[in-house]
Amino acid sequence: MSESQYILEMRDITKTFPGVRALDGVRFDLKPGEIHGLMGENGAGKSTFIKIITGVHSPDAGELLINGQPMEFKRPLDAQKVGVAAIYQHVTCYPDLNVAENIFMGHEKVTGPTRRIDWKSMHAEAQALLNQLDANFSSTERMGALSVARQQIVEIAKALSFNARIVIMDEPTAALTQHESEELYRITDGLREKGVAVIFISHRLEDIRRLADRVTVFRDGKYIGCWPVEEITQDKLIVAMVGREISQMFPKRVINIGDEVLRVENLSRVGFFRDVSFDLRKGEILALTGLVGAGRTEVCEAIYGVEPSDGGRIVLEGKEVRVGNPLDALRVGIGCLPEDRQKQGLVLPWEIGKNITLPSLRTFSRFTWLNEQQEHEAAGRLAQKLSVKARSIFTKVFALSGGNQQKVVVAKILSRSLKVIILDEPTKGVDVGAKAAIYEIIGDLAEQGYGIILVSSEMPEVLGMSDRIVVMKEGRVTARLVTSETTQEEILNAAMVVETEQAAAQAELQVVGDAPSETEGAR
Amino acid sequence: MEDTKAPEIAISAQRQWSWKEFFFQWEWLLVVVLLMVIGVNTWLSPFFLSLDTFIRTPATFLDKSFIVFPMMMVIILGKIDVSVGSTVALSAVVMATSYNAGVPMPVAMLICLLVGTTCGAINGVLIAKFKELSFVIVTISTMMIYRGIAFIILENRASGGFPGWYAFLGWGEVAGIPVMMLAFIAVAVIYGLLLHRTSFGRVVFGMGNNATACRYSGVDTDRVTMTVFTLAGLMAAITALFLTSRMGSTRPNVAMGYELEVIAMVVLGGVSTNGGMGRIAGPILAIFIVGFLSFGMGLANLQAPVVLVVIGLLLIVSVLALRVRFTVKKKKPVV
Repeated sequence: MSESQYILEMRDITKTFPGVRALDGVRFDLKPGEIHGLMGENGAGKSTFIKIITGVHSPDAGELLINGQPMEFKRPLDAQKVGVAAIYQHVTCYPDLNVAENIFMGHEKVTGPTRRIDWKSMHAEAQALLNQLDANFSSTERMGALSVARQQIVEIAKALSFNARIVIMDEPTAALTQHESEELYRITDGLREKGVAVIFISHRLEDIRRLADRVTVFRDGKYIGCWPVEEITQDKLIVAMVGREISQMFPKRVINIGDEVLRVENLSRVGFFRDVSFDLRKGEILALTGLVGAGRTEVCEAIYGVEPSDGGRIVLEGKEVRVGNPLDALRVGIGCLPEDRQKQGLVLPWEIGKNITLPSLRTFSRFTWLNEQQEHEAAGRLAQKLSVKARSIFTKVFALSGGNQQKVVVAKILSRSLKVIILDEPTKGVDVGAKAAIYEIIGDLAEQGYGIILVSSEMPEVLGMSDRIVVMKEGRVTARLVTSETTQEEILNAAMVVETEQAAAQAELQVVGDAPSETEGAR
Repeated sequence: MEDTKAPEIAISAQRQWSWKEFFFQWEWLLVVVLLMVIGVNTWLSPFFLSLDTFIRTPATFLDKSFIVFPMMMVIILGKIDVSVGSTVALSAVVMATSYNAGVPMPVAMLICLLVGTTCGAINGVLIAKFKELSFVIVTISTMMIYRGIAFIILENRASGGFPGWYAFLGWGEVAGIPVMMLAFIAVAVIYGLLLHRTSFGRVVFGMGNNATACRYSGVDTDRVTMTVFTLAGLMAAITALFLTSRMGSTRPNVAMGYELEVIAMVVLGGVSTNGGMGRIAGPILAIFIVGFLSFGMGLANLQAPVVLVVIGLLLIVSVLALRVRFTVKKKKPVV
């Protein structure tokens, strides 16, 4: 058996989940001492792919070779043993323990029959690992007091303490400032020099340009191509990521768009978004898009009053409204389908009916006394209207599929009389069939004259459903586009690429952006 | 699973009656325990089993029951209030002191209610408006503060000498039924309706399950929290009225440890400390189980500490039994 030039090779990997083919015959290879960029839109299958390398999922078909040896990971520990380590965007650490304790969590240095922890050698070794990474902080520091970037460095040190030879970094720069990213670049470069192979996943073209030797692109769970970074242009890379036809899932209806219903002027919230302005008309679907973390959800939360803005105006049908909490928003006629339907949208142990009527209980009660007969009838009507699939309105929502749960949340919103509906990632975690049903519902709502703000990261959804598009990047609006006159490339450019004219604005924002790092540390 | 069925079948708005579900309720187990307690008591004393026992004896333990229901509501909300015992003491002490300072008794009683309500409202405002203060910290602090103030006012002395008619609350009878028993029934009915038949009660259950989702659904969560805690204060003051009337005087150390006994009864009644679950019948049964248990042990000449041991054991066993029941239920497939 010849020694392979690749430390990791994956061939024809296929993985299917109920209703979704997450990966379809994907391949990937990695040389020792290489930084290999992995790119693709949300939902392209990158996360599933990582979970296969780290042994969280096992593939339905395909081969995984480490140093030319076929391997089968049954559980994460198997992958760890051969030297695979993953570092995630949201660091999973123990904030109240110190750096050395975090690095050696689960494999502490112990001596003697009592398995006493040998603090001295543990700190010495931790410090050695940190020095190896040129990190200029001490192993005795409390993890929670470090910046996100430094926490990630600790995670890298932890990976090295397991003698990891393959390190996967999943969007490590997403939560970092420019300056912090530089520190991470330096350390990742250092790993390459030590012969560690790195899989670097990022949405930021800057990251890939700066770091990677080669870049592989996935799209819709398929392998699109692999290029040396010097040989591919930015434009070509974007085309590779998005270049698909919009399917027939989005039957865009012709709807008469009416008068302005909502106008947002210079809405700002320190540390999250700044000077966001747009307007929305009756029957119109306005897509709010951008990368994860661009501030889209925060803008919606401000309009819906979950986390009120600290500057700017919200004007509803010509009158300025003050929205201090969701109750205010619902009263004036703004409804919201939150991003996390299980935590924010539903009372999971409850029945469908009780969930649907929760926002409108007042309608069914007189002096707080409930008329359950009326309540059940209304809930039944709404569930029927949205064709929630269940035996009765007394079925508990935790037993429903994602798509059906989402329909229940939409039914909740419709139980109030509203003018504007915000839909924050309405098809997240929903299978293809239910997606089509939800698009159908969104179309119906627009037809009924609601103004709709659709927050979405999925390009086909944005292009297929909306009339106009507002693109955000790092808390600012970077483009306002008319859907029929734009392309995916144009949207992605606005969402991802730092243009020279924006550089100054961005530097300005960085100052503001530093404010939340304190709260992040405290978390 | 539901998805595979024909999608065109209309969703029903009619609840289906299920005998299995009806008998698969925690309260039946409590009924059995209560019957066992009554059985043992009957065996201990031939005089136990009489109508009189069930109408008059409860007056000996019903004073706490007025706080059981508001505590139940607090626990359903997903919180706990350990300051209720101190609130009882403070309202009783302020009432007695102001009466002995020359305030007419009816006014003193109103002051008592006002003090209790204020104590509860302070808890509620602190918990609702200052998110960094957890309900445990707030109510432990006010538990010490309210009790401390009671001691400062009365310095470990007793205060009493109330007018004769005041004893009617604790000892009086209407048509052969003790006033306390009637008041208990009224409070139980009011709380039962409030929890299970009003939109307010619905929201309390909802917040116990998922306060975030309730806020997103336009529920004024702060106001609900404040109302629930204020009601707990008011009910503690009502307890103070009955307790003082029964004892004829009050001291700053009355109702010491009530909070824990009350929490024990609520939990024994099948109310989950995780919040969002529970029915009024459970705590009602628990009040009588614990009450008759202590009464029966008195008949058997057992010391009070033994009663505590037995109640503690009963609590652990019952909560374990509750767990077992829910593990059985979870066998249903969860998507």
